[in-house]
Amino acid sequence: MAKHATPLLDQLESGPWPSFVADIKEEADRRRKNEKNVTYQIPSDVCDDLLGVLELSYTDGTTHWKHGGIVGVFGYGGGVIGRYCDQPQMFPGVAHFHTMRVNQPAGKYYKTDYLRQLCDIWDMRGSGLTNMHGATGDIVLLGTTTPQLEEIFFELTHNMNTDLGGSGSNLRTPAACLGESRCEWACYDTQEMSYQLTMEYQDELHRPAFPYKFKFKFDGCPNCCVASIARSDMAFIGTWKDNIGIDQEAVAAYIGGELKPNGGAHADKDWGAFDIQKEVIDLCPTECMWIEDGKLKINDRECTRCMHCINVMPRALRIGNDRGLSILVGAKAPILDGAQMGSLLVPFIKAEEPYDEIKEVIESIWDWWMEEGKNRERLGELIKRQGLAKCIEVVGLKPVPQHVLEPRHNPYIFWKEEDVTGGWQRDIAEFRKHHQR
Amino acid sequence: MADPKDIVVEFMQSKAKSKSKFYFNDLAALFPEMKMREAKKIINKLVTDGVLVYWSSGSTTMYGLPGAGKQAGAEGED
Repeated sequence: MAKHATPLLDQLESGPWPSFVADIKEEADRRRKNEKNVTYQIPSDVCDDLLGVLELSYTDGTTHWKHGGIVGVFGYGGGVIGRYCDQPQMFPGVAHFHTMRVNQPAGKYYKTDYLRQLCDIWDMRGSGLTNMHGATGDIVLLGTTTPQLEEIFFELTHNMNTDLGGSGSNLRTPAACLGESRCEWACYDTQEMSYQLTMEYQDELHRPAFPYKFKFKFDGCPNCCVASIARSDMAFIGTWKDNIGIDQEAVAAYIGGELKPNGGAHADKDWGAFDIQKEVIDLCPTECMWIEDGKLKINDRECTRCMHCINVMPRALRIGNDRGLSILVGAKAPILDGAQMGSLLVPFIKAEEPYDEIKEVIESIWDWWMEEGKNRERLGELIKRQGLAKCIEVVGLKPVPQHVLEPRHNPYIFWKEEDVTGGWQRDIAEFRKHHQR
Repeated sequence: MADPKDIVVEFMQSKAKSKSKFYFNDLAALFPEMKMREAKKIINKLVTDGVLVYWSSGSTTMYGLPGAGKQAGAEGED
């Protein structure tokens, strides 16, 4: 029997789609019955009260959560987000309902016993409700009380060999695509790099001192499966310098229909025979492909690594062999000034351990942002405020054509004294020989 | 140099009437001769020593003296 009547929430279960309300009710029921005899360390009616406070919010049209707080685990400034109900007498089960962020494994590989262990901890010490995964990529554990935080932290770190993730003005939990473990298009080992940089920058992850959040994401190729170009302050996107490999026999097999395009995806409908001209060549954004004497040709100098041709004909086309990554900076969500995609900072860099060159880029960006960034200013906003040219300068790079998005609309170039031969000084007598007053 | 603890505590107490939470930048500015990442070590050490506490909204983190402001008392966390 439900603790609270929830007629408004019940409506959310009436659609054809899965409902979080049904899930929470299921967990509330499970906790009520407690068939596994779990020694619950937080109120067993936490899920009932969660439904109750949500119903009240629907009725009132306002939230009953107080967000944020001083709660955390010792020595860490991130990983726990305090949340309190502003009607604790009515809903004591959710008087404290803190969120914990847990660092997900690179590429999100789990063993079932790991997930069981995680769920057992959370059933006993939390609400049993999780979000797999949060937008940044963490395992999100929803709802526990303050006394349980250190207990959960101990179990995660000592028994599960994992750690809390980032929150607040921290480096957020880095996220990687599954990379070389499963994908033939990975241009570098994304999981390894995510792991190594996570270990290197533990202090930045757990002890906040940035102006605002900062996200790393690692994509093995420009397909960007973890959306690094759109969702990380610093995106590491795999790329290559040489040519796309072409297997002309396989190209012919795609044209002849022996091989299915897109690895057989879109098989739910008859889309007709594969048309390489229409479906690949004409869709190339830089028009760098053509058929000559029955063979596919690519002008690789013009290729911008959109990946479309490789995605459509994976047996025929391969990423190049001289592989590394591009670094893009400044992507962010639209809270201020609209959403921004990342801007290219480093066109190509090798991704080899110990990643020293890459760390130099990261740390020079952080030094600049920490000095110049305003409170709650994302890196992308600082770049917009001071200009990409400044960002390029602080990293110690020379501007290259790849940094140019479009022909400039500002006609002024501000030279610096060191850029001009002879500086600002000149021999006025010599000048007057050629120029009258 | 004076004890960083004294510098930070004195600064926070001088502002206590109007503010209970401070951005990292406010505190780093008390150590102008230091690089930000060095100032960070000092300020975080003060948290470990219990001189300061973190306050986090989830997206932004601020620093305060333990028990300062309304929240700690209101939520039974002090």
